[in-house]
Amino acid sequence: MIRLKDVSAGYKKNPVLTHLTLEIEEGRFAGIVGPTGTGKTTLLKTILGSHKVHGGEVMVMGKPVRSLTPGSIGYVPQLETVDWTFPVTVEQVIMMGLFAQRTYWPWPSRKEKIQVHALAEKLGVDQCLHHHIRDISGGQQQRVFLARALISNPRLLVLDEPTSGVDIKTQHDVLHLLQSLNKEGITILITTHDLNAVASHLPWVICFNKTVIAQGKPDDVFTEEILGKTYGGDLAIIRHDGHLLIAHNAKNKHNH
Amino acid sequence: MEFFLEPFGFEFFRNGVWAALMVGTLCGLIGVFIVLRGMSYIGHGLSHAAFGGAVLGYVINLNFYVGAGIAGFLAAVLINQLAKGNKIKSDAAIGIVTTAFFALGVALISRVRQFTKSFDAALFGNILGVTTVDLIIIGVVLILTVLAVFFLYKPLLFSTFDNEAAKVFGIRTELIQLVFSLLLAMSIIASMNVVGVTMIAATLVIPASTARLLTDSFSRMLIISAGVGAFMGVAGMFSSYQFDAASGATIVLCGAFIFCVVLLFTYVREKIDTHQHMHRHGGVAHSHPHHHDGEHEHTHSGHTHKEPDTHSHEHPHGTEYHSHEKEKGPAK
Repeated sequence: MIRLKDVSAGYKKNPVLTHLTLEIEEGRFAGIVGPTGTGKTTLLKTILGSHKVHGGEVMVMGKPVRSLTPGSIGYVPQLETVDWTFPVTVEQVIMMGLFAQRTYWPWPSRKEKIQVHALAEKLGVDQCLHHHIRDISGGQQQRVFLARALISNPRLLVLDEPTSGVDIKTQHDVLHLLQSLNKEGITILITTHDLNAVASHLPWVICFNKTVIAQGKPDDVFTEEILGKTYGGDLAIIRHDGHLLIAHNAKNKHNH
Repeated sequence: MEFFLEPFGFEFFRNGVWAALMVGTLCGLIGVFIVLRGMSYIGHGLSHAAFGGAVLGYVINLNFYVGAGIAGFLAAVLINQLAKGNKIKSDAAIGIVTTAFFALGVALISRVRQFTKSFDAALFGNILGVTTVDLIIIGVVLILTVLAVFFLYKPLLFSTFDNEAAKVFGIRTELIQLVFSLLLAMSIIASMNVVGVTMIAATLVIPASTARLLTDSFSRMLIISAGVGAFMGVAGMFSSYQFDAASGATIVLCGAFIFCVVLLFTYVREKIDTHQHMHRHGGVAHSHPHHHDGEHEHTHSGHTHKEPDTHSHEHPHGTEYHSHEKEKGPAK
């Protein structure tokens, strides 16, 4: 589904990614984890085709990413980057996912409206379609932006920090929703800082620190050695009753 | 009535009113994108750049609009290019590029003193300065802008809301930005003689900000902003005639007055809609601003009465919004 070969990206004088090679199979539900400032977002933007690469090849669905038709990849940005005061309703935000289709008429067609309503119903936000985006709960806001990403029926869904800034129940709900979308055949790639959420919900994890440190099932990848290489060695792993729990090792000094 | 109709007997006033009506509508429309993109300062800067271009154009025997147009568009593109890198922010880019163009105009004027009078209208706006050619140019720019906003509504809306995401979703954001820069430069140049470069920023920002106070809908904001712009243009032009003051100043003062009235209106409306009193959710008594939209019982000094309310409203606790079901017992 995604194939990066010898990719270099970032600022020319100070590249964030250098000669990166990464392959993600179709149907995966994968989480990219790693410390802040190590290139997770640059990697995501490179996969989305919105970041210029200095070298190498970025192939998505067998084609160079920049030659894909609009709507082939669904994208959910970090909710912290959204301007919540902007005058738009939930319905208008979801509709934006169809804006790249070359229609110059400003009003949505009947077909588009039906499409939006059906998806909103599926994601449980049909009751708030005419609400301003600021006037709905954090969980609903996440679903609205997910709906915008899904409206064009993409085969690949990319989410930047979908679990940040929401409470634990919303986080749980969002990850479960993503699981069910993945079961429908959508390949999903997320970045997150929440290692425990990844350990408990995601079947595949990519440890990233300027390059791929390791990738695989959380049980195999979340070892002290790999997390040490990824984060710098201050994480402890607790295995209890078949569950993984990752915590800061209080005995070590924090390394921010 | 005579007081209002009398100035319409003069052709220059009729021209001025038409110009102000169109300029107000134009600035109202463009201003929505300026305000929502957080670029309020750019109108101020570009008008100054256009002024520099107009003076330079005069020196090399170019038409006023051609000189101003080239400078305005060039400044918009330069600002865009400078701000693209990660070292210079857009406000600094605006400050550098537009002030440099304006300084060029000022330097040329101060070198040849007889220019000064000719550029008064461009600086402060002048009801007497509106010619038929001005009217045609303003009309053409207005039509082009309305058409662009209509047919590029979707990409303009998406790129204004979230440019980064719009790009990922396949919107040609760079092309949209270029078209927008062109429209903005044309609008500023067309408005210069009526409003004056020193007042254009307010003409762009006031109608859109007023409209934002009144609506949470983007399309309605466009319509209200254009309406407010048109109204403040006409009212300002009328005041300019009555008080014998520069039209740019009177248009902006009328706009500022409308903004204050709407601000007061929305403040009072919010106070009426949202009120705060002690009440209970479960066992916790607390108070916070909330809306009343049904009926509930209150106990005051031993007697109980009904007031409009359900205690089913959304309000934040921490970061999360949630709603409560109606309280059975009386609210305190």
